[in-house]
Amino acid sequence: MSSQDVLTVLIAEDSATDRLLLAAIVQKQGHQVLMAENGEQAVALFAAQRPHLVLLDALMPVMDGFEAARTIKLLAGETLVPVIFLTSLSEEEALVRCLEAGGDDFLAKPYSQVILAAKIKAMERMRRLQATVLEQRDQLAHHHRHLLNEQRVAKAVFDKVAHAGCLDSPNIRFLQSPYALFNGDLMLAAFTPSGDMHVLLGDFTGHGLPAAVGAMPLAEVFYGMTAKGYGLAETLREMNAKLKRILPVDMFCCAVLLNVSFQRRTVEVWNGGMPDAYLLRATGGEPLPLVSHFLPLGVLPPEQFDDHTQVVPMAVGDRLFLLSDGVVDTRDENEQLFGAERLRQVLIANQVPGQLFEDIQAALAHFGGQPRDDVSMMDLCMVESHALSLPPLTYTDSGQSSPLDWSLHLEFRAESLKRFNPLPFLLHLLQEIHGLRVRSGELHSVLSELYSNALEHGVLALDSRLKRDACGFTEYYRERNRRLQALQEGYIRVGLQVEPLASGGRLTIEVEDSGAGFDVESVLGCSRAGQGFFGRGLSLIRGLSQQAQWLDGGRRACVVFVWVSEA
Amino acid sequence: MAVESELSQDGKLTIRVKGRFDFGRHMEFRGSYERLQSVPRCVVVDLKEATYLDSSALGMLLLLRDHMGGDKSQVSMVNVGSDVRKILAISNFDKLFDIS
Repeated sequence: MSSQDVLTVLIAEDSATDRLLLAAIVQKQGHQVLMAENGEQAVALFAAQRPHLVLLDALMPVMDGFEAARTIKLLAGETLVPVIFLTSLSEEEALVRCLEAGGDDFLAKPYSQVILAAKIKAMERMRRLQATVLEQRDQLAHHHRHLLNEQRVAKAVFDKVAHAGCLDSPNIRFLQSPYALFNGDLMLAAFTPSGDMHVLLGDFTGHGLPAAVGAMPLAEVFYGMTAKGYGLAETLREMNAKLKRILPVDMFCCAVLLNVSFQRRTVEVWNGGMPDAYLLRATGGEPLPLVSHFLPLGVLPPEQFDDHTQVVPMAVGDRLFLLSDGVVDTRDENEQLFGAERLRQVLIANQVPGQLFEDIQAALAHFGGQPRDDVSMMDLCMVESHALSLPPLTYTDSGQSSPLDWSLHLEFRAESLKRFNPLPFLLHLLQEIHGLRVRSGELHSVLSELYSNALEHGVLALDSRLKRDACGFTEYYRERNRRLQALQEGYIRVGLQVEPLASGGRLTIEVEDSGAGFDVESVLGCSRAGQGFFGRGLSLIRGLSQQAQWLDGGRRACVVFVWVSEA
Repeated sequence: MAVESELSQDGKLTIRVKGRFDFGRHMEFRGSYERLQSVPRCVVVDLKEATYLDSSALGMLLLLRDHMGGDKSQVSMVNVGSDVRKILAISNFDKLFDIS
């Protein structure tokens, strides 16, 4: 018998003969024995020596077996100390009392050596089982605490990254579980330098840490490229390439990405694998679904990735509603899906915009679905551009060494125009001018407008009158993509000239294109009258700069920014 | 068995998934093609009795596609019910797999 199998057995029995007889039997089986003459002694011995197993006579002087059993069980706490009652009682009621007092079994007098040995063995199995269960429970609890702590730390780090954005803008409402990160749900929003807003709602495959791991690099790319003024297409390409490179084959990220322009009143959308997002008109009516047309991020290699976006006009008060699959995939007890149609009904029935999430949650509850912890929703409202305050830009250098007298001329030809967006590069260069930094948003807006005018109306010869309604809008951007892909020749020349003035300086931007030009007087006349979607760009440029004119029959734009140094 | 597979004489592996196709089927699903001596000529995933498919199942399908040679792979899905078809459509997996 190994030392592990040796038990300490407490025997409480008032009859000395029986006590010694039992002790002899138990010792013969190789166990150690403690002896008590009554219940009180038994309790005291138990408290002092913690035996593994207790044999208790039911009827004893001073304290009987029932009370002793109760006290011993209380002292033992969670540990299982089997108590076997020794009894000559045979009435059912007395035996029931033994069990009710906490006894695990009983042994009838006169004692059988064989049965006692078998019962001790059986009780020992139970005791070990209980000990194992408790040990594993404690281990699980330990691991769980450990896991929660790791999640807390990971979440704290991630929140620092995620909350760098502008989710707290007054035109955004969102709902997300605090541990959404570990469900793979990701919600990001940030301003571009020109005051547009980039928004991402993503959903990584899987749960737990693996789902959270991809979120960090994705957020870094999102914020980094948005802040530098890159558009959706470039940002999407970079995010896809990065995830493809770092994630295992079976992991990817469904995502819907938006560029909301408050100045142009448009939204640009790319949806890869997320449920339909919706455009809800302020005037009511049928919600416009923004459907997933692409594979999720991280699936396709860069050369196969499709970054085509859809542009839709919006009016002030129109809203964009984004959601994770937790909503439509909620199931009732019959495994029925809540589904897109029920959601559509709720969207149509919604009366108070601020109550939409509550309406949806009420509908889910009414549907009888199991509440899921991975329901993410976002509601973003189109507002006047001045209603939002852009965060101040931060710089790492003092600006003392900024160059103040230089000029630069660049020519972008067909192959570059197809693939390359020069705006982040140009903007970065202009950031070197300290006096212009506070106006980098305006600069970016003006540069974007000038460049897209030169490209779309000049090089690609697109007629902006196409954009007069929502349908034409879609057609316009489809045609833009088609012509750009087919482009063989043409150029855009950008000239930047920076000159110091007595107090401050002057920046002159010239953008020239190879197109046919336009009737400057009539287009500017239109834009003054504020007609339609076209001409808005030109008035924006005039509004933001000190001086703007179009030369060479509309083929060359010349825009001047003047700044006064703060010293 | 929630995942059954069968290899024909001419090297066509048919994998049948029954019930919920989610992370719980991961080992069985991977095992069905990884335990074979050689890479099969083509794979048909039969989803006739699959009631549901989640994003980890999509991940498993990508793994299978990768195993079968990525862009050159021949992996098709057959007997796709309407619920499962919706999920595949949202993710645009019809661009990667032959779905019927």
